[in-house]
Amino acid sequence: MIGLAELLAQVPAVPEAEVTLWIERRWLRAEQAPGGGWVFTEMDVARCRLLAELRITLELEEEVMPLVLSLLDQLYDARRTVKALLAALDQQPDEVRQAVLAAARRETG
Amino acid sequence: MEDPYAVLGVPKTASAEEIRKAYRRLAKQWHPDTNPDKPEAEARFKSVSAAYALLSDAEQRARYDRGEIDASGAERAPPGGAGGWRDWAEAPQGARYRSYGFSPEAGEIDPEEFEELLARAFGGARRAGPRRGADIEVMLRIPFLDAVRGAVRQITLPDGKQVSLTIPKGAEEGMVLRLAGQGRPGRGEGAPPGDLLAALEIEPHPFFRREGKDILLDLPVTLQEAVLGARIEVPTIEGPVTMTIPPHSGEGTRLRLRGRGIEGGHQIAVLHVVLPQGSEPALEEFLRNWMPEDRRNPRAGMQAP
Repeated sequence: MIGLAELLAQVPAVPEAEVTLWIERRWLRAEQAPGGGWVFTEMDVARCRLLAELRITLELEEEVMPLVLSLLDQLYDARRTVKALLAALDQQPDEVRQAVLAAARRETG
Repeated sequence: MEDPYAVLGVPKTASAEEIRKAYRRLAKQWHPDTNPDKPEAEARFKSVSAAYALLSDAEQRARYDRGEIDASGAERAPPGGAGGWRDWAEAPQGARYRSYGFSPEAGEIDPEEFEELLARAFGGARRAGPRRGADIEVMLRIPFLDAVRGAVRQITLPDGKQVSLTIPKGAEEGMVLRLAGQGRPGRGEGAPPGDLLAALEIEPHPFFRREGKDILLDLPVTLQEAVLGARIEVPTIEGPVTMTIPPHSGEGTRLRLRGRGIEGGHQIAVLHVVLPQGSEPALEEFLRNWMPEDRRNPRAGMQAP
């Protein structure tokens, strides 16, 4: 857990006002520290770098950010789900695995 | 690694001169030789030197400012690479940034159960009602003559079903034939089945080639046939026909058999003069004493400039 100052040190390209805005819009899901201010996890730092890439490096308009983030987050939701399913499938007996894979192949044609 | 600006106590906008001054001051203050009784001095001196090494190099400093390298000068993971957003987003804790749809006020976050996520990921199709069956795609390798003449072929589907497929006359490589309704069955009440899509792969022929609607044939002829002319039998895609080789037909002469190609195309025979194998004393004797009418050098114009 780190504070805003450390976050800004780790993602140098980002102005503080921008980070505050991202938190307000919930693009960056920081948590309120007990004594006031924000705390960030390592994952939030990675998220902040992603936002910086999109907004600053790629110069995406502020208006399209909710759409882009929503699509990105949905994509990763789906990938997490698929990963979880594959991991669960991996623990099944061989015949169950084969049956599920065969059925999946039929579904996808 | 600490932020080099913080180590030197200068703002991010500091000029090169300001950075140098800050470094000199701190390096003097924390030099190990002037602080033998302070063990932390050496560590401070090292980090001050490292910070100055980074910030005194304009290029390195710019890269650090852009976030391409970290304070130790090591390359930052490129976007999407190891340690990047993808690693986090795909890990179980990625659910922290789960999608809440495209709404500006995402509001309260209620942690969802995995089952709900599954339902959302896979349940959509069930609610969508009857769904058309998937198409089956197959590769179909057919002989050259079946492609140019057209044919009906029996093919066996992956599920064992036999269907007959009509290959149209003049079918081309990569052409996709569609058999409506021969794909996978649909899912749900009244859902139509998918189609069968067969992509054609055409085997080359030992002597016919195709050029659009024309058929090309490399036709070997003897020296006598080429010089004296002849009527010879040649194969076409519809069977053998007799054709006339006019006298004085040289190597590479293209002779056309009108209408013997595909749908109004022609067959074109390209002559290749084949000399007799082995020794031909009579021919050699004749050639020694032969004075051609046409004494042009066939290699005229090939002289290097």
